[in-house]
Amino acid sequence: MVTQLREWVLLQHRLPREPSAPRIALWRAIRRLGALLLADGLVALPASARTIEHFEWLAAGIEEQGGTASVWVASPTSGTTTARLIEQARAATDDEYRAVMRDAVAGDLTPAERRRLVRRLRAELRRIGSRDYFGAATGRAARAHVEELAGMGEAVTA
Amino acid sequence: MKWVTREHCHVDRTACAWLIRRFIDPEAEFLFVTDPSQLPADATPFDITGHRFSHHDGASTFEVLVRHYGLDVPGLEAMGRVIHEADIEDERYDAPEAPGLDAVIRGLGAMLADPELLAATGPLYDGLLGYLAARE
Repeated sequence: MVTQLREWVLLQHRLPREPSAPRIALWRAIRRLGALLLADGLVALPASARTIEHFEWLAAGIEEQGGTASVWVASPTSGTTTARLIEQARAATDDEYRAVMRDAVAGDLTPAERRRLVRRLRAELRRIGSRDYFGAATGRAARAHVEELAGMGEAVTA
Repeated sequence: MKWVTREHCHVDRTACAWLIRRFIDPEAEFLFVTDPSQLPADATPFDITGHRFSHHDGASTFEVLVRHYGLDVPGLEAMGRVIHEADIEDERYDAPEAPGLDAVIRGLGAMLADPELLAATGPLYDGLLGYLAARE
């Protein structure tokens, strides 16, 4: 279990209830980054140059839309909190990887359909990988599944 | 003219610096600050929140500059889409060149100080523009 106190970047955000489009866009951006929901209007990511920059631009966009936002770098005082956050992040990413594994089945697909499926799943793995900050355990298995599906074609076309 | 941005440049700032020198101000001199609230008065800020040349309406600073100066150059709009995806990663555009560009600039950024990074990335952006223009 990880008990080391690591640094997180926090985004505190508040947007007017209406119009709803900026709220939805913000929610999508937060999801895409794989940020953890700490409380209403407070999300967290492991701090790095990239995550801090993403949050800073989101904060600027929120203010541009008439909301208020602030970005903080902080570490919890207890390793238990860190471990819980990391577990929460890993579990969410594991679910996404498992969905890819469920889809990575050749079944009775034609070679062209299988190639399209492989392309879609590789793109999906890249998206998940960009928010897999703690190396979720199922990532390796999911990638192996998709590459196995990709490799099946070579025997046929060779 | 003097231009100023935040230090430790990544893709948007290096691409903006290239764009400025190539199409807006060939004599441009670039300054880098640690604290974006302490800007020199005689320099134009870019890619700094709260200023004209920064992200607006979900667009990257590069796209904002291209639009502001009305730059009509073959390949430049497509390049804006690549910079957007490398920087913001929001899948607004289909830009398969973006992850590769992000990786190369991130690697160079870890090895080089900002002025050397701008010098090294200039030819990369020349090449990217040439490639995208030829494809149009």
